[in-house]
Amino acid sequence: MKSGSNLEKVLTAGHFAFTGELGPPRGTDADEVRKKASHLKGMVDAVNITDNQTAVVRMASWAASLIILQEGLEPNYQMVCRDRNRLAMQSDILGAYAHGIRNMLCLSGDHQKFGDHPQAKGVFDIDSMQLIGMVKKMRDEGKFLGGTEVGHPPKIFIGAAANPFADPFEWRVHRLAKKIKAGVDFIQTQCIYNMEKFRTWVKQSNDMGLTEKVYLLAGVTPMKSVGMAKYMKNNVPGMDVPDELIKRLQGVDKKLQADEGIKIACEQIEEFKQMKGVAGVHLMAIEWEHKVPEIAERAKMLPRPVV
Amino acid sequence: MIVAKRKPFDEIKSLLKGYKKVLNVGCGTCVAVCLAGGEKEVAVLNAELDMASRLENNPVEIGAITVERQCDREYLEVLDSMVNEYDALLSMACGAGIQFLAERYPAKPVFPAVDTTFIGVNQAVGWYEERCRSCSSCVLGLTGGICPVTMCAKGLYNGPCGGTNKGSCEIDKNQPCAWHMIYERLKAQNRLDCITEITPPSDWQNQIPRTVIQPGYKKPEQK
Repeated sequence: MKSGSNLEKVLTAGHFAFTGELGPPRGTDADEVRKKASHLKGMVDAVNITDNQTAVVRMASWAASLIILQEGLEPNYQMVCRDRNRLAMQSDILGAYAHGIRNMLCLSGDHQKFGDHPQAKGVFDIDSMQLIGMVKKMRDEGKFLGGTEVGHPPKIFIGAAANPFADPFEWRVHRLAKKIKAGVDFIQTQCIYNMEKFRTWVKQSNDMGLTEKVYLLAGVTPMKSVGMAKYMKNNVPGMDVPDELIKRLQGVDKKLQADEGIKIACEQIEEFKQMKGVAGVHLMAIEWEHKVPEIAERAKMLPRPVV
Repeated sequence: MIVAKRKPFDEIKSLLKGYKKVLNVGCGTCVAVCLAGGEKEVAVLNAELDMASRLENNPVEIGAITVERQCDREYLEVLDSMVNEYDALLSMACGAGIQFLAERYPAKPVFPAVDTTFIGVNQAVGWYEERCRSCSSCVLGLTGGICPVTMCAKGLYNGPCGGTNKGSCEIDKNQPCAWHMIYERLKAQNRLDCITEITPPSDWQNQIPRTVIQPGYKKPEQK
């Protein structure tokens, strides 16, 4: 065991993992975090706590992670390279670990231009690839990036993201290989809508032997409406939403579109369970946490294993 | 070259407020080439300042001189006999030239007339684009001659990020994704192995003022 986190235990025991996501509030109300967490408890193996997602200021990811720890859930602490340099990152990792955080997701972060402080100086002292390597160095060598010794090294289960859909497509699998080389233990992918392309990417990863070296969790975000599907298709960089999916949503009554979205997500999850190289699903039910129990139930992901 | 753009006229005017005799010093090198602070731009700015002072009935005497390079001591000597006649100096050179001027005449207020913007290239007359952040550790040999520090909005050494969008950067459809370009160029040159290895964290040598002494030279005696 690298970290002994619940997520790591579930994956190494060979169970099909199921992770969720929770966005911290734009304020100080801990109850808001607790309320969202209550919908996720018992439904998922770990919960990603986003780090100023879309470059908008929110409660610190480590702080919201501690709240859900107190609620009996396991956080997957997200850290982006946009807002802090290597000193701040490493000290946050020490503090987070000291308080019981065991999983981390290493990300570049959306550009500050998208957020509520577009004037901010983007830090990007290191990038996501280098962040993975830094956490691994702290964990396995017991050394900071600068080379000095870490007292009681943080035993972190190291995660990262992968986008199988962004161009150039043929480079995506090599980028995954690079993250594995950097030291990543698990990968959560961008929201998958183009199943054909995803199958190709997973096959490439299998053929290169990559899925034997990393746990691959397929990213799923159920569509709430035709409007959301169109928005994702046209306005979210790196998102690949096929027209057939939009047509399928358009084919049902407006009131039933959300239900159809969940149905599509469940069909995807069924396929992922059978897909060679996929070790679990990461469910990003954005501002839809209360729907997670229903989705988990309908996707036959319950009960969650206790390892 | 170093590219600069002239400050808005009102800002220059407010910087010079209260000074009656001002010498505007142009620079004949980079800022002259990029049409921001050469002899011609000095003449234009002085004409504007002169007109404004007349309209406001506030007589100000504005002198003009353009030296070959404000970042080079030998070209500043010509100013030594002039500056005492003025209350303040206005410089149309880049930030380096302005500072060198202020260093030479420490008792004299020196004001910038341009905003130094970047190290860039001349795409067409009057059109310049940034290409270098002078990071002190050039990786262009690995990245197909395209700088990720300058051209990637996140300055990533191991891109592209998930925000690359059909060849464009996530910040703007008109901004090409540097890492997409790097990939395409290296692929065409059959050199993709250059980016399959992880580039380690940068040493960020541009965090303190740097000095370069070329081999065979020494630091000159301070005058």
